[in-house]
Amino acid sequence: MTPRYSIFSLLRNAASYHQDWPEAWRSPEPKPSYEVVIVGGGGHGLATAYYLAKEHGITDVAVIERGWLGGGNTGRNTTIVRSNYLWDESAQLYEHALKLWEGLSQDLNYNVMFSQRGVMNLAHNQHDLRELNRRVSANRLNGVDSEFLTPAQIKAFCPIIDLREQGRYPVLGASLQRRGGTARHDAVAWGYARAADARGVDIIQECPVEGFDIEDGKIRAVRTGKGRIEARKVGIVVAGHSSVLAEQAGFRLPVQSLPLQALVSEPIKPILDTVVMSNAVHAYISQSDKGELVIGAGVDHYVGYGQRGGIAVTEETLAAICELFPMFRRMRMLRLWGGIVDVCPDASPILSKTPVEGLYINCGWGTGGFKATPGSGHVFAHTIARDEPHALNAPFKLDRFHSGFLIDEHGAAAVAH
Amino acid sequence: MLLIVCPWCGPRDESEFSYGGEAHIARPKNPEKLSDEKWGDYVFMRANTKGVLLERWVHSHGCGRWFNVARDTVSYRILAVYRMGEKPPKLDKTTYV
Ligand SMILES: Cc1cc2nc3c(=O)[nH]c(=O)nc-3n(C[C@H](O)[C@H](O)[C@H](O)COP(=O)(O)OP(=O)(O)OC[C@H]3O[C@@H](n4cnc5c(N)ncnc54)[C@H](O)[C@@H]3O)c2cc1C
Ligand SMILES: [Zn+2]
Repeated sequence: MTPRYSIFSLLRNAASYHQDWPEAWRSPEPKPSYEVVIVGGGGHGLATAYYLAKEHGITDVAVIERGWLGGGNTGRNTTIVRSNYLWDESAQLYEHALKLWEGLSQDLNYNVMFSQRGVMNLAHNQHDLRELNRRVSANRLNGVDSEFLTPAQIKAFCPIIDLREQGRYPVLGASLQRRGGTARHDAVAWGYARAADARGVDIIQECPVEGFDIEDGKIRAVRTGKGRIEARKVGIVVAGHSSVLAEQAGFRLPVQSLPLQALVSEPIKPILDTVVMSNAVHAYISQSDKGELVIGAGVDHYVGYGQRGGIAVTEETLAAICELFPMFRRMRMLRLWGGIVDVCPDASPILSKTPVEGLYINCGWGTGGFKATPGSGHVFAHTIARDEPHALNAPFKLDRFHSGFLIDEHGAAAVAH
Repeated sequence: MLLIVCPWCGPRDESEFSYGGEAHIARPKNPEKLSDEKWGDYVFMRANTKGVLLERWVHSHGCGRWFNVARDTVSYRILAVYRMGEKPPKLDKTTYV
């Protein structure tokens, strides 16, 4: 039994100088076979395993990760969480996730540091304004909290924005989702891993999946760095590597893997207590609990698996940040990194069965899937357990690229999150 | 940042170019007869190779012409540049998992 974390366990362990904390999860050798194998130990894969065990009683599950937990986009993202998407299908899916975020630390007995500090999206021109107003209205019809702010209200909510209208990017208005915010990315991976492990899920790291055994159109096993592992069902949740694994399973995806970068500044005193995003100028910024400004840039527009991008892209973002917040001009940046994001033509994810029986795929979250982690895992677990989609992910099928029922979220997803 | 050799203008900074994705996709010969599946494949499904990818670029802030590039998508090294209509050169396949 995994001991519960509480004020008492904290006190007890303080007495032994925190030297005797048990491991948060086991690291077993893989068994020869499992009922379900999840490929990819990012937030979405781990959440899927957790909800398979919790909601569907399927505990004979392994999560197989090539590197370390959360070492993909989960541990590289700027952690913005919100649900103010335009279309009914997406609003419902992301709102489902946001509701789960609201109780996640309690559910997992792990502090994911979910902070509902509000997310503000800026409008810089008349077109932005109209789009923003349309989205605010659509959100409210879908029961997603969303409000429109005038420049005076923006100034009151976030005083450090430059609203003198002298700059290149005058701010004409904003939308605000007060229930949005940020969470601690690593804690999400670790919390799900620990809670899944406690229910019997095997978590296997440093074990790449290199291929699939498929017989008569049915999945039989995955071939891994630690040998062949049989499975009745397999879920692929590998973000930037989705096309690589789909190719090994013999089908194609509409996804392109692009480099997306982020950077953090040196830590400073609290100055920014909300999240500010601007789709038009490709910039988004918040302040971490450590005090660093966390800044997200745009994608490089070519296929890239190198987890790094061009400096021109970050330069453009920083120029916009300095324009919006002149007081940050002399800040020094500490670290810059990239992730590989899996972008779909309609900027919406794919949570779907595949042409191979017993093989399921969860991908295409692109630049903005962290916010969806709990909801994605929840409905994907349903899809795998029941061999049919949950009502919330039914529209996000792979065959929408044949039927034409695309869910175009470029406006709400864009490059920002 | 990539240094791309435009077949007409020579080596130029990546920021002068725009990306066109997978190269050598042939437009369907008989569009009226095409099934929804085939149309979907033509319009949306793309090679997204980890390794050597044959792709199109256009020198949009230069001569404005399209051309093909063979590029390793992990090291980002450009292995060959060749004109539209030309066959891709023979290249060793690097495989990454
Ligand atoms: C710089 C940046 C900023 C972002 N900002 C935000 C944001 O503010 N808000 C937001 O909502 N989203 C954001 N995102 C997007 C978000 O990070 C992703 O959509 C989300 O984290 C995807 O989670 P995942 O679990 O599907 O993927 P990942 O965390 O990438 O996990 C996939 C895992 O699969 C593993 N894997 C790959 N191939 C194999 C194999 N062959 N065998 C075994 N394992 C394999 C990888 O090692 C990886 O750990 C951002 C992304 C980046 C890169
Ligand atoms: Zn040229």
